[in-house]
Amino acid sequence: MAERLEQRLPVGAMDTRASGWWAMIFTVFTEASLFVYLLFSYYYLAVQPHAPGTFPEGGPPPLGIAAINTAILLISSVAVGWAQLGIERNNRWRLVAGLGTGALLGMIFLVIQWFEWGDRPFGLSSTPYSSLYFVITGFHMAHVAVGVLMLLALTWWSKLGYFNNRRFAHIHIGALYWHFVDAVWIAVFFTFYITPLLGLKA
Amino acid sequence: MTSTDYERRPSVAPETPGLAERLNRLWETAPGLYGWLATVDHKEIGIRYIITAFAFLILGGIEALIFRLQLSWSNLHLLTPEQYDQLFTVHGMTMIFLYAGPVLSGFSNYLWPLLLGARDMALPRLNALSYWIYLCAGIVLYSGFAIGFGPNVGWFNYVPLAARAYNDGPNIDIYALGMILLGISTTVGSINFVVTFLRMRCPGMSINRVPILAWGTLTASAANIFAIPAVSLAFLLLWMDRNVGTHFFDVAAGGSALLWQHLFWMFGHPWVYAIVLPAMGMVSDGLPVFCRRPLVGYSVVALATVATMVLGFGVWVHHMFATGLPGVSLSFFSAASIIIALPSAVGVFAWLATIWTGRPIFTTPFLFFASFILLFTIGGVSGYMTGSVPVDWQLTDTYFVVAHLHYVLIGINVFPVVGATYFWFPKFTGRMMDERLGRWNFWTMFVGFNLGFFPMHISGLLGMPRRIYTYGDNMGWDWINLITTVGSFLFGLGVLLFVWNVAKSLRAGVVAGDNPWDAPTLEWATSSPPPPYNFAVIPTVASRHPLWEDRLARVGTEKSVIGRGLVLEQGREALGTTPLDAQPNVILKMPGDTLVPLCLALAMSVLTIGLALVNWFVVAAGVVLIAAAILAWLWPSASLGETAEVDRDG
Repeated sequence: MAERLEQRLPVGAMDTRASGWWAMIFTVFTEASLFVYLLFSYYYLAVQPHAPGTFPEGGPPPLGIAAINTAILLISSVAVGWAQLGIERNNRWRLVAGLGTGALLGMIFLVIQWFEWGDRPFGLSSTPYSSLYFVITGFHMAHVAVGVLMLLALTWWSKLGYFNNRRFAHIHIGALYWHFVDAVWIAVFFTFYITPLLGLKA
Repeated sequence: MTSTDYERRPSVAPETPGLAERLNRLWETAPGLYGWLATVDHKEIGIRYIITAFAFLILGGIEALIFRLQLSWSNLHLLTPEQYDQLFTVHGMTMIFLYAGPVLSGFSNYLWPLLLGARDMALPRLNALSYWIYLCAGIVLYSGFAIGFGPNVGWFNYVPLAARAYNDGPNIDIYALGMILLGISTTVGSINFVVTFLRMRCPGMSINRVPILAWGTLTASAANIFAIPAVSLAFLLLWMDRNVGTHFFDVAAGGSALLWQHLFWMFGHPWVYAIVLPAMGMVSDGLPVFCRRPLVGYSVVALATVATMVLGFGVWVHHMFATGLPGVSLSFFSAASIIIALPSAVGVFAWLATIWTGRPIFTTPFLFFASFILLFTIGGVSGYMTGSVPVDWQLTDTYFVVAHLHYVLIGINVFPVVGATYFWFPKFTGRMMDERLGRWNFWTMFVGFNLGFFPMHISGLLGMPRRIYTYGDNMGWDWINLITTVGSFLFGLGVLLFVWNVAKSLRAGVVAGDNPWDAPTLEWATSSPPPPYNFAVIPTVASRHPLWEDRLARVGTEKSVIGRGLVLEQGREALGTTPLDAQPNVILKMPGDTLVPLCLALAMSVLTIGLALVNWFVVAAGVVLIAAAILAWLWPSASLGETAEVDRDG
């Protein structure tokens, strides 16, 4: 049987065979669980009795800017995906441009979110709703910030010529996290901006 | 050589002394203090985990003995109520979080790569990080207690008692932040186990040939990945309620105290299984060796392990039966809690059948493993009883529950762990543990444990509530508590005999060969203690019992090959295989000694301390240090095969 083992094998961190890629999959699982528990806390507190007008405090939050911001984040995922396909074709220019665009859009998202925060008619310690709002969106912003740093590091490493069409495990690992951060925003957005319009209240 | 080839065709050859010597140079940890701090060897890390966890076991045991003295008779005042509260809370925290989980991580860390025929865990640096964070978290969690501000409202830390309004000191803040830090350790360790299980099994070790210990730890780790965020979040929200004015658990402001209980037990119940399933796995692998036959019902035991955990995610409300939840919720969670007896019983009958149909040899490890079956059954039955809502309403928060949880945790964790130490000690150290002292050790622990904890069922039925610091002489609980205290001291003496046996055998134990128990699995195929690279050539297995094939295999079936296999020696290399069939898939470049995991753990501790002091400057420093350490860690490395080959691609 042993002789059958003699075959050509890839060496090192190769595409989805890299241990880091598998580790990132399970990191995403545990991070996704964190958001499940955050949103569970939201819904659990949402169905408790509250004084009128305090859940959501000041009525459903306005959709406009948040919807635009959602689009920005989703486009950043597309840019990063475009970079991933680029390096698989050994196109380093596309890699750098896609990752850089993704990081830039992520930063724009953070700036807009910061202004959204300032726009809220309540503070962190007004009510359970306000606590939930700032903590859950804050958790997401922290994840976006980590993702932006990751994309910036990957952009820099790409410019240094570290990756080609055989060695791009780092890119796929970082991109996996970024796509997760974008996907989980959909759940956060739906919870805070859409469910009050659908009539979820105490 | 700075760059790494993209592909290679490794040769298959028998192992030779020259190869072993080359591998030793490649894999050996550097000598001295640097090597001690920088090692990523799973065996080194595993032993550290085990020693640290045993140190916490002894601390937690001393705490228990102190408050058992306080409870030994009515109206005693050895301890003040506040001291008593801190002692029993720190005892619970220590045993459940700092001993029971980490000790199993230690055994699995040491044993997994050997059981699976691998060179190391899939992510050796993450392994080191996991240990260092565990150590830092243990120090943080004990720091409050050391200066008189230990957690003091029970290990499950219910609000509102844990809220700022009722608990003004730093006690709960330190507990909350330390638990979040510990959660990170457990999470990264769990990710490492899952990835190792999926990717590092030697060729031929398809998932139906994996030792049950690996199934147990895999199941526990997968559960941790999903469950730990619940408790980390709960503690963070509590810290925010206490320090930055949020209102998650503040009922007066519209929050919910029950939200704490839900988040805590959504984690807490899966955690209970996480700290017993790997120990059951140790018994499933160790017991058959002393019955001279393979485990009865391998497949159903593996499936029952997984099924227990799946059901274990749907039973958390049985900790909350008395909180006034709706009837539908009580019925559902009661049914789930009772059904979980089925997969548990599968294990019990499999172990019994293994003894029944085998030829048992009554060694010390056998005694610990076999007695575990009895203790597990007693703890299981009392758990089954309290799974029923009306019984639970009668018994909740009494000593009956204390008896139940100690039968479960000591019976299913401590007894198998001590048995496993007797069993694997020769592999760890190259020496046998003393058998005669082992008998004394076993019988003292067994008698002491049952004398100490069985009467608690009765004091519970007599209505004695848990967590009271003393009781009146008119309650009729004096004698039963005195017996409990005597039993607990006898049990403590048993643990002391165990420590003595370890110390004695380390120095003067009989020298063990590679396979002193004539056991069937791969860890016994390498030397005792194993070389830094574990296996000189990668073994290939053809059954669950590679070392018992001569006596078990049917004629004409394929045999496992151990002294001959893939030679991976161009740097630190390991074989990555496919997740289900374990076909060779990639040659992995493994990292060597590095201080980065230690630095990252220290940076995380800086952040934790900053939050505990509510000092935003220290917090910011911690964040910057963490980012720097992670950047250094992930910087693409040519020797790990992470970068393009510049010289070749020009």
